Amino acid sequence: MNERGMTSQIKFFWKYFKRNRLAVGGLTIILIIFIVAGTAPFLAPYDPGKTDVSLKLKPPSLKHYLGTDQLGRDVFSRMLYGARISLSVGFVAVGISIFIGILVGAIAGYYGRWVDSLLMRLVDIMFCFPTFFLILTVVALLGPSIFNIMVIIGLTSWMGTARFVRAEFLSLKERDFVQAARALGLNDRRIIFRHILPNALAPVFVTATLDVATAILVEAGLSFLGFGVQPPAPSWGNILTEGRTYIFDAWWLTVFPGLAILLTVLSFNLVGEGLRDSLDPRLRGRR
Amino acid sequence: MGSEILVQVQDLKKYFFKERLFSTEKEPIRAVDGISFSIRKGETLGLVGESGCGKTTAGKAILRLIEPTSGQVFFKGKDLMSLRGEELRKLRPFMQFIFQDPYESLNPRMRVGEIVGEGLEIHGVARGKEKRERVEEVLEQVGLHPQDAFRYPHEFSGGQRQRIGIARAIALRPELIVADEPVSALDVSIQAQILNLLMDLRDRLGLTYLFISHDLRIVKHISDRIAVMYLGKIVEMASSEVLFRQPLHPYTQLLLQAIPRLDPAKREEKIFFKETFLSLEKERGCLFAPRCPHFKERCAREAPFLVDHGDEHWVACHFV
Amino acid sequence: MRHPLLEVRSLTTHFFTEDGIVRAVEDVSFEIYPGEILCLVGESGCGKSVTGLSILKLIPIPPGQIVRGEILFNGRDLLKLSEKEMEGVRGNEISMIFQEPMTSLNPVFTIGDQIMEAIQLHQKLNKRDARKKAIEMLDRVKIPSPEKRIDSYPHQLSGGMRQRAMIAMALSCQPKLLIADEPTTALDVTIQAEVLRLLREIQREMEMSVMLITHDLGVVSEVGDRVAVMYAGRIVEYGPIEDIFHEMRHPYTRGLLESIPQLEVKKTRLNAIPGQVPNPLNLPEGCKFHPRCPLRIEDCRREEPPLFEVKEGHYSRCLRWKECR
Repeated sequence: MNERGMTSQIKFFWKYFKRNRLAVGGLTIILIIFIVAGTAPFLAPYDPGKTDVSLKLKPPSLKHYLGTDQLGRDVFSRMLYGARISLSVGFVAVGISIFIGILVGAIAGYYGRWVDSLLMRLVDIMFCFPTFFLILTVVALLGPSIFNIMVIIGLTSWMGTARFVRAEFLSLKERDFVQAARALGLNDRRIIFRHILPNALAPVFVTATLDVATAILVEAGLSFLGFGVQPPAPSWGNILTEGRTYIFDAWWLTVFPGLAILLTVLSFNLVGEGLRDSLDPRLRGRR
Repeated sequence: MGSEILVQVQDLKKYFFKERLFSTEKEPIRAVDGISFSIRKGETLGLVGESGCGKTTAGKAILRLIEPTSGQVFFKGKDLMSLRGEELRKLRPFMQFIFQDPYESLNPRMRVGEIVGEGLEIHGVARGKEKRERVEEVLEQVGLHPQDAFRYPHEFSGGQRQRIGIARAIALRPELIVADEPVSALDVSIQAQILNLLMDLRDRLGLTYLFISHDLRIVKHISDRIAVMYLGKIVEMASSEVLFRQPLHPYTQLLLQAIPRLDPAKREEKIFFKETFLSLEKERGCLFAPRCPHFKERCAREAPFLVDHGDEHWVACHFV
Repeated sequence: MRHPLLEVRSLTTHFFTEDGIVRAVEDVSFEIYPGEILCLVGESGCGKSVTGLSILKLIPIPPGQIVRGEILFNGRDLLKLSEKEMEGVRGNEISMIFQEPMTSLNPVFTIGDQIMEAIQLHQKLNKRDARKKAIEMLDRVKIPSPEKRIDSYPHQLSGGMRQRAMIAMALSCQPKLLIADEPTTALDVTIQAEVLRLLREIQREMEMSVMLITHDLGVVSEVGDRVAVMYAGRIVEYGPIEDIFHEMRHPYTRGLLESIPQLEVKKTRLNAIPGQVPNPLNLPEGCKFHPRCPLRIEDCRREEPPLFEVKEGHYSRCLRWKECR
């Protein structure tokens, strides 16, 4: 697909997407969080790691918009940097999971037969593990670094995508335009990447968006249990964890990271559903 | 018309096996059950039959778009069934397929120019500017505008999309085109345009067609010879003049009678046959027997072979 | 002078979509007399199906809306009836059958259940009598061994048998008018011929009127009494079947007929109508057919022609109808 082709597709899709106000709202929030995370060093009024015990547990004020924590660090600054970590964990993990999912799903769906059976049984087996505990075990063994967490979340969440892509491939490979490509004498690689995959990507985008939300939640959960991003590096999850102790004295330590997680996850879900509706021709009413 | 044979199909079979977990059912669905015919260079053979008779499966199996169960297809003297991978791909430019549904057969995410030019590029026929020129030339040949190369399939109507499909098929200058119901998804006024186009292209490019359709009027109009299929077998084959003047197989007779006359004055009472509830499983006899008005005991016992009744008029019936 | 059973006057149905107003049916008028088959013929998007649905008020609202017109059935304007009153008309006085019987029949009930339900909806019959009546209807549409078939599920029947079952269901309350929308399009030619013959026979026996909607002039020639040819939401020619086939006075009707290959003569090229079926969102000015018409003159571009009376009962919407043929 060339770039101009992409533009026309996106325009077409945007026409339907923009009708869904909730989804547009979600997208706006995501974009804002992105910008904020990207420009954190400029926006943050303080160094997120700088401690000052004289300022500990101060409530939100004009000086410290979201207050300070038990070590006197500025919560607002920590949240901004935390957004970077939470989002990168979400996106990198999903990137890995989509890459594996597409590869496995495409091969299984296109070649069928025993290749398909083998790969799909692998998917079944992966689904059998309680993922969260698997991640906990691996993190306990390998140590909790951001890198490890991203990779592990990615490696344990590709199965849904694989099933999706496989199903798309199974139906697309029977379509006339794929048969036409075969009749032209194209090889498998070209048929897979040029004729089938571009038509199979739409639902993958949808799951990917929803998966980002899940990944952010998983990271928060891990950090909350102390197996995630390690202090002093800030992530929304570990800010929340540290605030837990002071929940009755300093509500701002738990409420703001909690809200940030909630808002982000909700936005990704809304956008994901908006995407699904606007990409599904049946919900559009016209082919 | 030269007498050189371009395609020869011998006892082609395509069976579908219902796959169940732990067991494969023994009784397959015989979509195509041993058909044989040949097509001369420059000739149009019409393959006609009702839905489910296996005509589309036959067309696809001949080009190996689906793998036949058994049988042989000789194309320009080469046995297509013995070719593998690269050898078969090299032969693809010479034999093309036109699909029934113009909404299904074009990749929605590719521009018309890419759709039509892809084969040229892959087979190293033309690249870059040369390819663009060839695409424009082909688009004009099928009655489209050269500028249409930059548009997407969804911007076109059904008839125009079918023209794009035809352009893709002829871009590589094939010798054989298998056209599977190429007009049946279109409006009547557009059908005529596409039929005219197919006939023009045949004359101009010296194409050979295997024309698959359920519509006897259309098949008669475009074909030199016609083969009638019923439940996976060819029951009659003759030149289109002869077949319409003197149909010998009872099924062909039934089909011809059922064609609406387009003349309200000739609304004669027709002879009709009952629809059947008789199951045909494992029966050895003639497949048409349950619906046949001339049914005799022999028909239930043995299946008739396709026999030449003179002048290349082949019929598969015991009582002709 | 016979009185028409159904009189449609200036029916105008529009669809208000986001891309614009689709004028699906524009100022359509026709009559159906008792005991006749009127064929509504035209290509996809010409408004023939919407006309049929409008009569039974089955248009999805929104986006659709019947903008203007009267639909007089036995002198009563259906457009003025309430939804509740309409329910008493649908399936009882006017029935409808569709192209694909598989989607109109519920797959989880036997065809007997469904016919009986239709009967009991409009008639006070107990279960046993309804069943008897259902068997009688199946027999009437020539389904072999109806006592057995009545307990079949739709998927156990062939396409032709399913369409027969649909007809049996539609006719179970002895409607005065049957609207058949492409009833044989999904069927094979041999089965189509049988279903058409059945329709014609039953129509005569029951002295029922039929409005047959089709794209296929072959079907029209087999069963029609009178014909209305539609193009771009308008009736362009309207008259007795012999006139339409032999004395047509509209270039579109002629073009349609000449697009079909003749069995008798071997012609090398067909007289195809050039161009495309117009986009309903963007219809041409003046006569809607003029961009594709071989007879067009300047005036055709400017004004939409009215229906000219060619002779009694035969009308053409063409300025040059005298020169057509």
